[in-house]
Amino acid sequence: MKSFLIILVVALVTALLRFLPVYLLGRKDQKLPENVLYLTRFMPAAIIGLLVIFSLKGTNLSSWPHGIPEMAGVLLAAALQHYKKNTLLSVFSATALYMILIRVL
Amino acid sequence: MRGALKAAFPLTLPVMAGYMFLGLGFGVVLNQAGFGAGWALLMSTGIYAGAMQYVAVDLLAQGAGLIQSALMTLMVNSRHLFYGLTMARRYADSGRWKPYLAFSLTDETFALLSLTKAPEGVCETRFFAAVSMLNQCYWVLGSLLGSFLGQVLPFDLTGIEFSMPALFVVMLVEQWRQKKARLSVLLGLFAALFCLFILGAERFSVPAMLLITGLLLLFKKQVLSGEDKA
Repeated sequence: MKSFLIILVVALVTALLRFLPVYLLGRKDQKLPENVLYLTRFMPAAIIGLLVIFSLKGTNLSSWPHGIPEMAGVLLAAALQHYKKNTLLSVFSATALYMILIRVL
Repeated sequence: MRGALKAAFPLTLPVMAGYMFLGLGFGVVLNQAGFGAGWALLMSTGIYAGAMQYVAVDLLAQGAGLIQSALMTLMVNSRHLFYGLTMARRYADSGRWKPYLAFSLTDETFALLSLTKAPEGVCETRFFAAVSMLNQCYWVLGSLLGSFLGQVLPFDLTGIEFSMPALFVVMLVEQWRQKKARLSVLLGLFAALFCLFILGAERFSVPAMLLITGLLLLFKKQVLSGEDKA
């Protein structure tokens, strides 16, 4: 029962954080302050950098291999995407390189 | 809906790789803590928040208090407020899908939906719903698999979770291509690195979001002027 209640609380708080802005700001007839509209336009581009860092935050730089597999994967993904513009190719090649490097280094 | 699913599916493949594997890891850890497949199913359908579910395993194992659990969730998941804020306008017309779209707005779903448009001829709301549902399916399936298989995996897939950062890097490159978004991208990267450096890996995400908001407002003129040039 205790476990069930913990899960319920975690689920409710998570849902609250997700529902609140969508329902407070998401009525169509609603006039939003200009700054809020501006933020919603440029936030996605700004947050993507944060998500890159956030998803790599577990990288251990202090001991071998000092984040080399992560760095190599990021560079390969960026370079492939820049030249080939094929998302799946970039993601899967970078992931494969990373999986190989963490085994051989 | 079938058209929307067809359009959404290729877009979600990188998330499929990441979620199946991270979900699998979650199922295994939960199992080791003494909670079986039923619990995995309950958590992955009802909570559906990757990092938080890993934290929740600790909460369950310690038999943590409810207040403590609530506070922990607030800390780990507050960044979702910013996702909702950003998507609120685009979800305004989504009708009966709105509750589910709001509920299923994870990091990866947010990244996909905030940066892509529905293809020509596909209803935007259905496209949003299709991406959101597919992503959650991967997560639930992964958790269940992990729960059933335990540690006996036929292959060693360690490292496949790198598809997540790789996907974000690809999206960053795509944003960089659009000149009008460049300054925003730089502000975001700077804020994230700055807060990571000052506050450390466990606590930087919400301060970084606040800093991004502040910087975007501070440099509004410059950000908007980039738009004219593009």
